[in-house]
Amino acid sequence: MTNVLCHPILERMRMLLFGSRAHRGWVFSAVLYTLLIALGFVYLQPLLFMFINSLKNSSDLLNPMVQWVPTEFYLGNYIRSYRVLDYPNTLVTSIAISVIPSLLQTVVASVIGYGLARYRFWGKPVIFALLLATFIIPPQNTVIPQMLTYRNLGLLGDPLALIIPAALGQGFRSAIFVLIFYQSFVSLPKVLEESARLDGASDLRIFLTIAVPSALPAFIVSFIFSTVWYWNETFLTVIFLEGGVTTLPMQLSRFTQAYENLYPPGVVNIFERLNEAVKMSGTFLNILPLLVLYFVLQRWFVESVEMTGITGE
Amino acid sequence: MIARRGISLRLREALHGYGFILVWVIGFSLFTLVPLVETFRYSLNQVAVTATSINLSFVEWANYSRALFTDPNFVELLIGYTIETLISIPIVLIFAMIIAMFLNLKFKLKALFRVIFFLPIVITSGPVIRELTAQGAASAPGIADVPAVVEFLQELPRALRSPVEYLLTSFILILWFSGVQILIYLASLQKVDRSVYEAAAIDGASSWEIFWKIVLPALSTATLVNAIYTIVTLSHFSENRVIRYIYDQTYDVQGGIGYASALAFLYFAVMVLLLGIVFGLLMQWAKRSR
Repeated sequence: MTNVLCHPILERMRMLLFGSRAHRGWVFSAVLYTLLIALGFVYLQPLLFMFINSLKNSSDLLNPMVQWVPTEFYLGNYIRSYRVLDYPNTLVTSIAISVIPSLLQTVVASVIGYGLARYRFWGKPVIFALLLATFIIPPQNTVIPQMLTYRNLGLLGDPLALIIPAALGQGFRSAIFVLIFYQSFVSLPKVLEESARLDGASDLRIFLTIAVPSALPAFIVSFIFSTVWYWNETFLTVIFLEGGVTTLPMQLSRFTQAYENLYPPGVVNIFERLNEAVKMSGTFLNILPLLVLYFVLQRWFVESVEMTGITGE
Repeated sequence: MIARRGISLRLREALHGYGFILVWVIGFSLFTLVPLVETFRYSLNQVAVTATSINLSFVEWANYSRALFTDPNFVELLIGYTIETLISIPIVLIFAMIIAMFLNLKFKLKALFRVIFFLPIVITSGPVIRELTAQGAASAPGIADVPAVVEFLQELPRALRSPVEYLLTSFILILWFSGVQILIYLASLQKVDRSVYEAAAIDGASSWEIFWKIVLPALSTATLVNAIYTIVTLSHFSENRVIRYIYDQTYDVQGGIGYASALAFLYFAVMVLLLGIVFGLLMQWAKRSR
């Protein structure tokens, strides 16, 4: 320990950058925790700001002395934004709109990833290039003809407009999921497959009984990430679902208008006018289900890379 | 006879492979290729949509020249997008790298900090970000409001001011886009064998040298992947001003679908150019690092 303390601080700072666990003195630990806490605070600051402001009543909002601690635990904002967001309905819609396409997307991506990983066939590099292209092409370059087709088919505003592309492997960010499955299937030992084939198992059977169970973490990680991304995606949902079903983020993006419908500005008293506290409570209600999901399943998020064996190549 | 059997086995394997990816090929044609070509056709036409039909009148490249030479906003928005993306990439990459290196260490409360740093993956969505930016919650804490900073900003030439302002007002948002990148860096760091560090330390390499000569080269491929991921997510983000402009033009009387399609393709071209430049630069570096 004394040996550690003798080291110049500069050297410690350098250690910090590369992260050896060789000798870690208290200077290093102090610097590490200070930086981590500072960075952590910067990351969480918008969330804390949102949560604290959502608990302020209208006099707290105007009072410059009240910054981080509201004078009372005021839930009025939440009650009103709950009504404005039409919470139970939009919540159920949002869950359905993100879970159903994600399930389909995950299953289809696993089939495609398996095909790419386990079979030799002509044109594979082309498929990979096109897969990457689907990731890069901005949605606005393909969305208008799709919208017009859906309109002709009468599917605009119907959840099917999001479900059909997902079922055909063209869901939101599907390329990433195909690559995740490719990575987890490509490392599967060939021996297992061959012995099953000698026993007379068909390709589909090998996929279902050997490959799928081995890639269970990839399924879970893909499904979770897909659900979260579908939940947060608003560009496509607004275009495809507008006029039909309403998701939570969609309702949030027209919050002001919806609020003034429920609480007309000329009619309600000054305490019930729309202010930033109400907006913040609406935003918080919007991310609340995701926060719950995240804290329940956090292991699957923070360890997703180790679990699926993505190497980043 | 054996050779024929070999070929047929090969063919059999290929056919089964195509069987597995068939769904994707159909989906790609229907939901990417056809709409992409169709959008390009729209961009060369004046498009009028009625309740039952879509009427096209061919205008050659008029939509494109209007976007580039007549539209008072579009080119400026594109330049702003390019500058903002170019500023964001190094910030995202550097912070993701630093945080990944922190999380690769062993220390108490690591689980807690991991949860904090990956939280933005879950909550970053268009409407949430819009509300937060509107309330000024996304700026670097307190800095943008300090009078000295405001004065300093006013002294700067106009070309410099907007990038710096962007940096100050959206600093946290830029950080929030680095969740997945941290995961990818962390995976690469964990692949480096511990014994390499130890061998280098025994040979007398300082931590500083180890960072530049071992850690950074080991992260070169991950950096390439992360840079591309960053550009794509920033460019597709629904609150991106160019995207909002294109969306507004779609329903605009003056603009319409044809014009919006031309804008979408110009935006795509700039994005591909950016991707190409960043990819080229990082690829060279990655090759040298191997």
